Amino acid sequence: MSFQVSLGNDASAVANATKLKINGLNFFYGSFQGLRNISLDIPEKQVTAFIGPSGCGKSTLLRVLNRMYSLYPGQRAEGEVMFNGENILDPKYDLNALRGSVGMVFQKPTPFPMSIYDNIAFGVRLYEKLNKSDMDDRVEWALKKAALWTETKEKLNQSGLSLSGGQQQRLCIARGIAVKPEILLLDEPTSALDPISTARIEELVSELRTDYTIVIVTHNMQQAARVSQFTAYMYLGELIEFTPTAQIFVKPQDKRTEDYITGRFG
Amino acid sequence: MKTSNNARASNPIYRRRVWVNRFNMLMSLATMSFGMVFLIWILVTLFGKGFAAFGPALFTQMTPPPGSDGGLANAILGSVMMVGASVLIATPIGIMAGIYLAEVGRESLIANIARFVNDILLSAPSIVIGLFVYTAIVFQFKQYSGWAGAAALAIIAVPVIVRTTENMLLLVPNSLREAAFAVGAPLWQVVLKVTLKAVRGGVITGVLLALARVAGETAPLLFTALNNQFWSTDMSAPMANLPVVIFQFAMSPYEDWQRLAWAGALLITLTVLLLNILARTVFRQKTQ
Repeated sequence: MSFQVSLGNDASAVANATKLKINGLNFFYGSFQGLRNISLDIPEKQVTAFIGPSGCGKSTLLRVLNRMYSLYPGQRAEGEVMFNGENILDPKYDLNALRGSVGMVFQKPTPFPMSIYDNIAFGVRLYEKLNKSDMDDRVEWALKKAALWTETKEKLNQSGLSLSGGQQQRLCIARGIAVKPEILLLDEPTSALDPISTARIEELVSELRTDYTIVIVTHNMQQAARVSQFTAYMYLGELIEFTPTAQIFVKPQDKRTEDYITGRFG
Repeated sequence: MKTSNNARASNPIYRRRVWVNRFNMLMSLATMSFGMVFLIWILVTLFGKGFAAFGPALFTQMTPPPGSDGGLANAILGSVMMVGASVLIATPIGIMAGIYLAEVGRESLIANIARFVNDILLSAPSIVIGLFVYTAIVFQFKQYSGWAGAAALAIIAVPVIVRTTENMLLLVPNSLREAAFAVGAPLWQVVLKVTLKAVRGGVITGVLLALARVAGETAPLLFTALNNQFWSTDMSAPMANLPVVIFQFAMSPYEDWQRLAWAGALLITLTVLLLNILARTVFRQKTQ
């Protein structure tokens, strides 16, 4: 079962351009079907949140959007995900180029085993040939965007692993935006962080919305309410409801969504 | 046995477990000391007999004819050159094969076959490898040579390096691998700049352990490098080396040769010990 959600009758959802158009998506882990007939339009330069109980498929859906699942034989997707007029599920689609334009930040901070500077420069060097001063500028720009510059400008040559957990996660965000992607995928980016670091990252997400299309998976409904403009509620591999965030928390259309957000289960 | 006020302490099931625990602790201590006794015995004997011949002459003079003074200089040089060459050959092959198994082939049929063959090679008797190189190289060129010796040692070192490189790369969490792919990096960049770099300490440790392993091999050199009385840096000619000199001198009836054999044995043991300590301390810490 699936349904295309109409946003037409909501005043706050005025004609957003669609960045990613997901159409009839099915996903399989071997013989187990993880996603069932998902259709969803992700709006440009907005924050879209995926919520739902554990195992509902929200991370799976996120990992389809940059084809991360393709690293694992046995996982496959059927259907269509249109990005700039092309279907990214096409086996011929260039995965490295896709991942360059669709950045991702993971649940646990994953700094590379290199200096703070190189952590950011690594991705940039893959696609751009910058001279030293341009690269310095880019690193500074990314670190400032991720609100990490003041803490790290004196120690750019230190290992990325020497930072605290919250700083490492902001470094991963800086690394993600340094390559200037069009879309940023965040997979429960604050679940391993303390409340202060969480608040900083939420602020950051709100600021980044002006330049990037952001998709965030979260366990935390308050977080979805705070940072997102649109929310998708998923359950057992199906998309139950997709509406403007303001609406889903106040007046959910589906009984199952209401049960979840009012804490009756999940 | 002290009696306790706690009723649990006199519970018969608990008491029985205490005794079973003591018995097992005792047994494992006994088996551990069985192994240690022989190791310490070997080390004490080596130090006792080998130290006598230790001196500057050991490193400066050639292997002597029976009855005259001499050292092991040519054998030390030959060993260093052949072991060094073998590690230079084996390291790139071993690391690249390990990368293939851990990052590319994984569970594919070819990777599983390669892994199986590597395991066989890992436990192949070194004399078989010596005979193989004898027929493949020495017999073809009608010439014992340092290169043949290095080739035999390299064949022994490769599987060790393959195994440690693969095992180390498998320790890298998938999340780090995914993060590197997520910025759009192609596989070779992910491996060289991120995953291999994350475990470089462990990989270097593997290379050092392979070096330690081949440093003491005798059988493969017997058929390939043979021996040489003189100072020779020519890798395409027969070459002196510590293990074969030890073998030859220890079997001889001459007392001064036997003393040199003890000294050579001590020298190899100390080198291997040093390499192991280096591998376990210096490089292990760097990974953390």
